[in-house]
Order: sequence, then structure tokens, then C-alpha cells
Amino acid sequence: MSVAPAEVVRPETSEVTERAWITIVWNDPVNLMSYVTFVFMEYFRYDRAKAERLMLDVHEKGRALVSTGTREEMERDVTAMHGYGLWATMQKDD
Amino acid sequence: MVDFRAQGDDLAIDLNELEVQMLLSLTRQMVDFVGPTDRAGDDPLVAMIGIDPDAAPSDDPALLRLLPDAFMDDDEAAAEFRRFTERELRDGKVRNAVAVRSDLEAGHVVVSRESMRAWLGFLNDARLVLGARLDLTEDNQDDFASLPDDDPRAALFGLYGWLTYVQEELVQHAMGRPW
Repeated sequence: MSVAPAEVVRPETSEVTERAWITIVWNDPVNLMSYVTFVFMEYFRYDRAKAERLMLDVHEKGRALVSTGTREEMERDVTAMHGYGLWATMQKDD
Repeated sequence: MVDFRAQGDDLAIDLNELEVQMLLSLTRQMVDFVGPTDRAGDDPLVAMIGIDPDAAPSDDPALLRLLPDAFMDDDEAAAEFRRFTERELRDGKVRNAVAVRSDLEAGHVVVSRESMRAWLGFLNDARLVLGARLDLTEDNQDDFASLPDDDPRAALFGLYGWLTYVQEELVQHAMGRPW
């Protein structure tokens, strides 16, 4: 284990850079519109109106940005979406 | 048509013997299909902490759909993510299938609040596999609906449609509950 010098400057992990990851859910021909809405409500705890709006984005625009956060948080969200059978990816929010 | 009856938070499903056997068969196939590989089972690292150093994207479109890449344009990040998460993802899908099998073996089928998540996940996974096998798209589902009965894809599409119907009923029940 190395010991950091006392005057070490913390890396620049501002709130902005830490939260600059996003999870995207992609459209596919199998998932039911009702099920996608259900997943957004159950997992993200979004209200019905928001869940349906995101579901319609997936259905009509082909994708929806469903969550924003740290890289670790997005890893959790993507894993959860795959568990439900939704097709999700994560990326840095450029 | 299947009879669905709400019993408080639970949902009783009146399936006939053929439907029960068909669903049981699907749960067994799902466990075989998505269950951890023998290779993963033998590796102590995998067994202990769930990291599978050899996990790789499948050549089979159906399996790839169940275990997709988590990054669109970054193969290295996708590979690392897969090594750390694929084993648990496989295990979760197996747990869903096993929970459904257990409900089916109980005689009269009652989907409890606790097992609803497993049912929805399992039905969705089964439909994803069938959709990949049939190469379903948004635009070609009408074509499948009009296939002649002796086309082997007609039976698969019929099964797909029945699973869609059951899943929709379950989702509607789950969404109607107080949150």
C-alpha cells in the first residue's frame, strides 16, 4: 500500500463529472409497451406519466435516456434493465 | 383463452394441462439455454465472486439478446462489464425460470406478488428467444400471422403470441396494484 503525500491534490471529481453518465434503453420488436412502462415504474420508481413518456420515446424514437448518474450507478441500472430483458447501454454524457 | 382471476394481490391463472406442460418445458429449456456454462462452474474465481474472466458475447443472436453488450461503441468496456456481470445476469434468469417452474408444479397456478417479477421476466426472456429465432421485426409480424399451418414457424409464432397474451395480462394485473 502506498502512502499519499499530505499535500496531494484531490483529482478533479466535481459533481458534474461524477454524474456525467447516462443509461439508454433501445427499442426492440418484442418488448411490450405495457411491460416497458411497468419496468420504468417499478425499478426507477418513476410515476406513470413519466414512465409512459419514456416508453413512448423508446417506441417512437428508438431510444430513451432513462437515467443519469455516476458510472457505478449506471452500471447498476444497465444490469437491472438486462435482468428485466430490456436492451440498455450506458455511455458518457458528452 | 386463459382465465385470470385476482385474489387480492395474487393472480390465479387457470391453465390446462397442455399449457402447464408447455410452460414447464420452456422453463427447463431456459435453464439449459441461459444457465452458467460448465466452464464457469468449475472456476473458483467465478464461483466465489461471480467474475467470469472468459465471458464473451454470444454468436447466437437469441443468447446475445438475453445477455447484451452494455456499451454501444466500446468493445473493451463492454467486455470488462460482461466479465463482472454476466454470471449474475445468467443466474437471475435461471432463478426466474425456476420460480415459475415451482409455481407451475404447485397444481393450481397462483402468481403471488413475490413471484410476479419472476413470471414477467421469464415470459419476456422466452419471447425474446422466440423473437430472435423467428427474426421478428416491427414490420414482419403480419407475415407470420398469415403463414400456412404446416410451416414450422407458424407454431413458434403461435406460441410467441400466446406468451405475449399471458405476459400482457400479468403486466396489467401488476400495474393495477397500488404502488
